[in-house]
Amino acid sequence: MSPGLDCQREMITILYFASIKEKLGFAKEAIELPPGVSNVNDLTVLLRARGDVWAEALRDGPKLKVAVNHSMVTSNASIANGDEIAFFPPVTGG
Amino acid sequence: MQVRVQTEDFDVGAEMRAIRQGNPKIGAVASFVGLVRDMSDHGRISEMLLEHYPGMTEKALENIVSQAQSRWDLIDALVIHRYGVLRPTDQIVLVMVASSHRGDAFSACEFIMDYLKTGAPFWKRESTDEGARWVAARESDDVAAERWKKDDAF
Repeated sequence: MSPGLDCQREMITILYFASIKEKLGFAKEAIELPPGVSNVNDLTVLLRARGDVWAEALRDGPKLKVAVNHSMVTSNASIANGDEIAFFPPVTGG
Repeated sequence: MQVRVQTEDFDVGAEMRAIRQGNPKIGAVASFVGLVRDMSDHGRISEMLLEHYPGMTEKALENIVSQAQSRWDLIDALVIHRYGVLRPTDQIVLVMVASSHRGDAFSACEFIMDYLKTGAPFWKRESTDEGARWVAARESDDVAAERWKKDDAF
């Protein structure tokens, strides 16, 4: 297997929506799944450590919703290579 | 059963004609239309931006419709939700449910709307004289969705 392909498989995609996207200043990133990160909570803790803006935007509580591969999940949901994880505030459609 | 997520407006009459002409067993069509209202604690709303999560939105709506199908006796159902920039009096969402009898149509229509409010990834950002702000979710919407979980009488 080529190193390039291998590298691609190690990535996760993270999306941010609405007020969270606005606070962070961007909508999408692809990162390597860091070692030791196996669920949503692990990932969120890691992202919050990026700085105050991140800690604030991804603050724990009912105002932070997460979806993995298009399904809403709780923070103990597992994540793996190739997954798409989205962070957003409570929905307000309709 | 159909789910559409679009920027374009929709024609309720045309959609209802399409549904009722599709099947002579339909005895009742219940529909709900949600509109942009000019009602905010932060001044007059000049426009509303609706953002959504392409890919998840369609899946979430299809999932809600199929839950309704498994709970009630439905012949057809349609959900149209708009996104992008909308203005007061504009149509935002249409839920239309067809059944043999009104009971199933009424209940399923309300159920789909209640679940859509808490489970479909849309976000509203309203622009008023005081600037733009993301609309906060309402607790009453959670309560409305929750009551269907307790209500197993159907």
